[in-house]
Order: sequence, then C-alpha cells, then structure tokens
Amino acid sequence: MIQVTALTRTYGGLRAVDDVTFAARPGRVTGFLGPNGAGKSTTMRVMVGLTPASSGSATVLGRKYADLPNPGREVGVLLDASAQHAGRTGRETLKVAARTMGLPMRRVDELLDLVSLTGTESERRVKNYSLGMRQRLGIATALLGDPEVLILDEPANGLDPAGIRWMRDLLTSFANKGGTVLLSSHLLHEIEVIADDLVVIGQGRIVAQGTKAELLESAGTLVRSAHVIELARALELDGIHTVPSGRDGLRVEADADQVGKVALAAGVPLTELRAAEGAGLEEMFLELTADTSREGAAA
Amino acid sequence: MSTTTATIDRVPAQVAPRTAPAPIPFTRLMTVELVKMFNTRAGFWLMMSMAGAAVIATASVILFAPDSAMTYDNFGAAIGVPMTLLLPVMAILSVTSEYSQRSGLTTFTLVPHRGRVIRAKAVVSMALGAVSIGVALAIGALGNVVGSAIAGVDTVWDISANQIAFLVLANVLNLLIGFMLGVLIRNSPGAIVGFVVYSFVLPTLSLVLGNFQQWWEDLRPWLDFNWAQGELYDGHLTATEWAQLGTSGSIWLVVPLIVGLVMVMRSEVK
Repeated sequence: MIQVTALTRTYGGLRAVDDVTFAARPGRVTGFLGPNGAGKSTTMRVMVGLTPASSGSATVLGRKYADLPNPGREVGVLLDASAQHAGRTGRETLKVAARTMGLPMRRVDELLDLVSLTGTESERRVKNYSLGMRQRLGIATALLGDPEVLILDEPANGLDPAGIRWMRDLLTSFANKGGTVLLSSHLLHEIEVIADDLVVIGQGRIVAQGTKAELLESAGTLVRSAHVIELARALELDGIHTVPSGRDGLRVEADADQVGKVALAAGVPLTELRAAEGAGLEEMFLELTADTSREGAAA
Repeated sequence: MSTTTATIDRVPAQVAPRTAPAPIPFTRLMTVELVKMFNTRAGFWLMMSMAGAAVIATASVILFAPDSAMTYDNFGAAIGVPMTLLLPVMAILSVTSEYSQRSGLTTFTLVPHRGRVIRAKAVVSMALGAVSIGVALAIGALGNVVGSAIAGVDTVWDISANQIAFLVLANVLNLLIGFMLGVLIRNSPGAIVGFVVYSFVLPTLSLVLGNFQQWWEDLRPWLDFNWAQGELYDGHLTATEWAQLGTSGSIWLVVPLIVGLVMVMRSEVK
C-alpha cells in the first residue's frame, strides 16, 4: 500500500509536483503515466525520501519511508537502472545490497538466476552492461529483500521484447500474491497490458486516475467498414461523435452495442466492431496531457 | 451469506501480515561501507597503490639512502608521504562515489538515514587510516631491519611512541580533510582537485602572503591549518601550538565539515 497525500515539491517558482494525491493498493499494479518532465520521477523520489517534499506526505505500508526499520525488506525500489557504480561487478552490487539488508548471500545467486544474468555476466563490471542488463540488475536489487511493495520507474526501458514479457509476468504474479506495484512508464502499451489502476500526471498535477476499466470506458469503440463515409454520416445523424481512424475505420464515442444498432439501422455492413482498447489509452493520454505536453495539442 | 463469502474470495490473496524486519544495526553499515571501499575497481587499485608505494619507498631508502640515513625515522617518512596523499583520496571517494557514480540512489534508499551512512563512512575511513599507518610503520620497521643489515650498520629505532601517536593524529586529520572535501563537494574529480588546492596551493599562497604582509605573518600560526599541522610531525606540541591547531582546524576543517554535512542531509540525491 502506498498513499500519497497532497504532495507538492517546488523548485524555485516551478511546481514540479503539485498537490498530488493517489493510492497504490495491494494486489494491484498501478500504472503511473505522464509525459516527459511531468513529475513522475520526482514523485517517486519523494516517496522514498531521496527528495524532500515541500508539503504533503507519502507513506508506504502505513509509515513514512524513513521510518521503515529495514526498507529493502519491505519496499523494492528501482528509480534509475543507470545509477549503479560502474566500477563494481553486478554480483558485488547485489552482495552490497544483500549485506545491507542482512540477507544470506545465497539470495544473490537466486536473484541473478531470476533476472537471467549468467554467472559470467555477473562477474563483469556494470560499466560494461547494456541498459537492459542494468535494468535486470536493478530489478534484482529491488526484489532481493522479498518486499511487499515495488516502486519502479521505467523498468521496461532498454529491455528486449522477451524481457518486457518476462517483466510483465513477474509484476503480475507479484501483484497476484498480494503485493503492491507502482510502476511508471511512457510505454503506453505496456501499462495498458499490465496495469489495473492508472494515475495520469501532467505538469505536476494529476489529470486522471481510476481503474483502467473506468478510464478506458470513455475511450469508445473502434469500428471498421468498407462504407465508412456512410457509417460516419449515420452516426453523426444520431448525434454520436466520430473520428477517422485509419483508411476504413472510425473511433466512436459510444459503446459497441449502440454503434452496432446504428449500423444495422443504416444498413451498413461492418468488418470490425470492438472496444477501442489499444489506441484508447494513447488517445486518452494525449488528450489528457495535451495542455501540458511539449508538442501542444496532439494531432 | 454466500454472497459475502464470494465477495471476500474475489479479493486478491491476502498475505499473512508480516513481522516487521529488525532495524539495520550500525555495525552492519560499517561492514558494508568497508566492503564498498574495496570492491570497486578504483578502491581496489587505491589500496594496491598504497601498499605498492610503501614497498617502493622502503626499497628506495635501502637502495639510494646513505648508510647514515638508514634510520626508522627516514623509513617512516618515506612511506608517510605517499600515505598522506592516498588516504585522503580514499576518504574522498568513499563519499563522492555515492554521488558521482550515483550509487547513492540505492544506498540512501536502503538506508534512508543519510547521517548514519555518512557516520559509518567516517568511522570506517578513520579506522582504515589508522590500520594503514600501522601497516606502513610495520613495513618501515621491516625495511629498517633489512636495510641496516644489508648496509652493515646498527639498526636505529629513532621514533618514539609519542611520535607515532602524533603521526597517527596528523594522518587522521589529513584523512578528515579529504572526508570534509568529499562531503562538501560531493563530486569525485572536484573533491580531489579541491584536495590538491587545499594541501598544496593554499599553503604556498599563505607563505607568499606572509612574506609581503606582516599582519598575515603574525596571524599565520593561528589561521594556517597546514602550518599548524606541520608541528605535529615534530612529535610534540606546546599548549600554544595545540591552541593554534584547534583554531585553524575549526576554520578549515570543522566549519566546512558542518556545512557539508548539512548539505548532505538536505540535498536531493539524484
């Protein structure tokens, strides 16, 4: 359980995190979304005490992070996979963490095994690691103490497709066992597949939060037809807003059932009709963060 | 009734409440910090070069010094010089690597009390400094025995226990200067350059200034920390010299150390 309450962090006049309140619940994966510089990483750093909050608070497992007696045993944290001593081997990095937490050294081998770093790789210095390998090492450090809560900033960065799949399974099973996962990412597809709850942040403020189902409900329906123009006309006549999607598709702000009825009444044959899931999150994300993104209103 | 049960069943598996883990003891932090000093490439070679420099210095005295100079004092001095350079670097790196290598992100997340981590680093640095000096004196003693035997002269033991105590104090102060610069600057190259300026450039400037300005010449023993430390190598300090060491040390070591510690506690770890 992570609870963030009215959290604010300012840098001079800039409110990097502005009155942010949300919770990440046990047994669920909470996706933390936002454009670059929206305040995701700052929020996460405040949670674990690396950055002091200007006001507001964050608790993990009901306590301030700094009050946890041995935080590594309760909370696994990976904020930046590149933030590891380049002159230390992967194995030594894990051994230092295990020693700090008071864990037996066999945990190091177990974790190396879990994140698929081979014996030879673990003896190499982190300087020679690829981003994907550093990411695996960082995840190993986070999981070392068998924590109840995971706080991960962009953990899928640099992982290959197999690695991303592995990470997804790992986090899902972690949550299924009752763990709390807070994970930030700008890889929307990843978040969409894995997250149960979403928190969307833009320019330091929360712009939307809720379960994935709730948030994507409003994202509408995707419908395809060879007669897309007639279909669009019929839907518009019914007062349903449509947006072209591809050559023969429409994104419609109505549920599939309603779109089907309109198409039937208009006598337009459909080739596809489904909830606009895939692009839904992307659309929602761009729409919600349009005012705050660098590119301005998304095309 | 059955509905209630069904609802409960759908709640994700509730794990049995865990017992809170035991707090991290300070002794463990010291062990961790000690290990961290040796298990990086830089740390390993720093230790190696300290041992190497001690052996080379001893060998040089045996090979090049005249027989009359084959005394424990000279062996000690030859080994001491590289030591006074390398020990502060070791103390600097133990602090700055957390920032320059960014490993502090993990360190300060696993131990969210920066004061404890920094204290562990300070204790370990000082202990390691004391041990290094012990090892250096032992190598020097060995060199003294071997050297005098080779040269066929009597072995001269001209360092008193008192002198050794002052030597240790001088080296620990020197190491603390490194530690202070590490805490204050929090950047490896920056702090090492800072140390060179502090130990070599400032004393020269002070000397030059003293040559031209009488007021500085008069105040120098009280304000020039390097000058005050120099007295330690003579093996005895008068009450005035102790006071001078205290005054200049407060200005050049204690105050900046406090400023640095406050900054460590308040700054963001990025």
